[in-house]
Amino acid sequence: MEILALFIKFALLYGIVLMLVALGGMFSERSGIINIALEGIMVIGAMAGVVASIDLAGAGLFVKVAGSILAAGVAGMVYAFLLAFASVSLKADQTIGGTALNILATAIAMVIAKRVNSSTGKISDSARLVYSYEGFVYNIGGVTVNIFFIVGIVLLVLSYVILYKTRLGLRLRACGEHPQAADSLGINVYKMRYIGVLISGFLGGIGGLAYILPANPNWDFKYGIAGMGFLALAVMIFGQWKPFKIFFAAMFFAVFKSLADIADSIPLLSSLRWPKEIYNMMPFIASMIVLALTSGKSRAPKAEGIPYDKGQR
Amino acid sequence: MDDYVIEMLHITKTFPGIKANDDITLQLRRGEIHALLGENGAGKSTLMSVLFGLYQPDSGEIHKDGKLVKINNPNDANALHIGMVHQHFKLVEVFSVLDNIILGAEDTKFGLLHKEEARKKVEMLSRRYNLMVDPDALVEDISVGMQQRVEILKMLYRDNEILILDEPTAVLTPQEIEELIQIMKGFAAEGKSILFITHKLNEIMAVADRCTVLRKGKYMGTVDIKDTTKEELSRMMVGRDVSFTVDKKASEPGETVLSVRNVTVPSKLHNNNAVKNVSFDVRAGEIVCLAGIEGNGQTEFVQALTGLEKTSGGSITLCGKDITHATIRKRALTGMSHVPEDRHKHGLVLDYTLEENMVLQRYFEPEFQKFGFIRKKKVRSYAQNLIERFDVRSGQGPLTIVRAMSGGNQQKAIVGREIDRGTSLLVAVQPTRGLDVGAIEYIHKQLVDVRDGGGAVLLVSLELEEVMSVSDRILVMYEGEIVGEFDPKQTTVQELGLYMAGARKQPQFADAAYIKKEGGDRQ
Repeated sequence: MEILALFIKFALLYGIVLMLVALGGMFSERSGIINIALEGIMVIGAMAGVVASIDLAGAGLFVKVAGSILAAGVAGMVYAFLLAFASVSLKADQTIGGTALNILATAIAMVIAKRVNSSTGKISDSARLVYSYEGFVYNIGGVTVNIFFIVGIVLLVLSYVILYKTRLGLRLRACGEHPQAADSLGINVYKMRYIGVLISGFLGGIGGLAYILPANPNWDFKYGIAGMGFLALAVMIFGQWKPFKIFFAAMFFAVFKSLADIADSIPLLSSLRWPKEIYNMMPFIASMIVLALTSGKSRAPKAEGIPYDKGQR
Repeated sequence: MDDYVIEMLHITKTFPGIKANDDITLQLRRGEIHALLGENGAGKSTLMSVLFGLYQPDSGEIHKDGKLVKINNPNDANALHIGMVHQHFKLVEVFSVLDNIILGAEDTKFGLLHKEEARKKVEMLSRRYNLMVDPDALVEDISVGMQQRVEILKMLYRDNEILILDEPTAVLTPQEIEELIQIMKGFAAEGKSILFITHKLNEIMAVADRCTVLRKGKYMGTVDIKDTTKEELSRMMVGRDVSFTVDKKASEPGETVLSVRNVTVPSKLHNNNAVKNVSFDVRAGEIVCLAGIEGNGQTEFVQALTGLEKTSGGSITLCGKDITHATIRKRALTGMSHVPEDRHKHGLVLDYTLEENMVLQRYFEPEFQKFGFIRKKKVRSYAQNLIERFDVRSGQGPLTIVRAMSGGNQQKAIVGREIDRGTSLLVAVQPTRGLDVGAIEYIHKQLVDVRDGGGAVLLVSLELEEVMSVSDRILVMYEGEIVGEFDPKQTTVQELGLYMAGARKQPQFADAAYIKKEGGDRQ
């Protein structure tokens, strides 16, 4: 029972993180911009959220929780703005721009984390931030649930409604499929793509915070976000760029990922005496297999990755 | 005083290096169908883009209902009730018909999309103009003709009164063209004004009230259709007399060059075979035409013949060699050249220069390479020679990026390249699609020259007029089978039409039907 509770805790933790970030990727790609930078956006969001939670430690719990989540989302948006500017306004190659942002993000996070440590009088040559997850994690009937579970479900439903039931969603999807068509109907393609990337930054930033804050009492930012952003991209593709499919895809990957954390506690698995690395590899191996099997059928937004140039008709 | 709904007065528009529109005046009456005629590159599309707000004119005025207006973007045009169906449809394929129609003009309720009224309006319009469009179908699932109607519905939904149609018939089958003409007449009868761009004279004679002719960016005049003839219009457009009949001697067929036996090709669209048990010969010195309505297996057959797709049965022999399973290069070297149906996809590398495209199938020959390096000078002079002989016009000669060339000149480049290879068999698929009469005349003459030089030509065409005038022998294809063989001198367009529609079948082809019934199909 205890193992099961642990398993659910980790699966929900990872599942919600992957889902949030993959939903972010979905908004960006549905508008036509490939968002490889999710990994970097998560790092920046996590860093901002953690710093905010340290700064707001003295304030009330609600202010601290809401403030850090908002800080993470806004920081993600600001960072994603760089991608939007490069790929929409400057028409840069989106994959290269995104990769550059990923490399930059860890560096920025380390610099800021060290600065925070030195200003609070701690050892300044480490990028490890220490914080408290009080207010983020609750124990309901023996199962540990963190606040991001609720936030995530709300954002999932909201994402679905925005994408399929609103004017914004219809226009956003049109821009990812056939920007010339949207343009000929008076829709501002550049604006829609900015919106898509910014939403993606917001969700990605929150996802970053959701990954490190509830599960660890401290985090060393020299590790970035440990590949979760890339895993989220796989989740997005496996989820066919659709909100609820992304939810299930995220849970699928999360199960594999949580195996690594609880393998020692399950008698059957621990008796195998496999090194922990095998379990750590599992979600990535699973993503390779799943993508190899499904990518033939998957249908990405048609115009994604192609910079839109109003002059070319 | 005439009741003009739109007047474009003395429009001039210059692009770097070219005067696309030079002092052009176009006056559109209320409730008329007005054709805009001109060769490729005459400035028709530019003029319409000016009217639709995509380009700003350098000088000149636009009046709507007698009042001066400024159209800065498509939204302004829309506000003036001007709508446009672009030559390449601007539809989101994975959206439903209804979503495509409301996109950009959505109703919302409490921040959410509200589609009920839109659906009612679309259904009402569809019924009223007999468009028969299903609002819930996905655009990717409906035919090109239906997609065009969705584009038309987009204009109607926005209450547009001035409808611009850019080459609306280029992608349609003869039946769909007939239906479109009826729809257009219905609009005009209701007081909507239609401007349509075309270079097909027959359609202008059939549907238009008046016609404005452009040539090389200049205004040639506006004529009443009832007072003019096809010949006069083409003279205005091209600047010389154009012959609509192809001059050619009777053919003198020689040896068999291509021999197709029981070829079957699976379809990508459905489980049935796209080509079923097709057999025929093409001999040296004759032009054989494969006629039929689009989608009856011609495309699949040609792809199997040229090696783009695999056959699932039968054999193909070229110049005595079995090429059923040969690679594309092997086929080319054995003696096949190919003017493909889709010139952008299979004919050219659009971002290469013209000279590079000219040697795409020959770069490996000793003439053009040495130790694996391309001999640039040879390529240049060869391309220059082809450009001159086939009158391929472009901005920077051999160094022009092909994407920047007009469709007609791209086609001439392909035809020139393929003909110059001097192969035994030329497979030409819709070689004149989308071209103006001058270019069509030229390409027809080239095909006849190949034949007279002893080459075999297999022409695939959807244009009955072309089929009748160019070919020496006609094979009609229906649902993947050959259903009739004709001598163009002894048949009529009407008779061909019956076979193309599947209403008749000649007895010697009845075998194929038998096999079909007995499970000759793949499934």
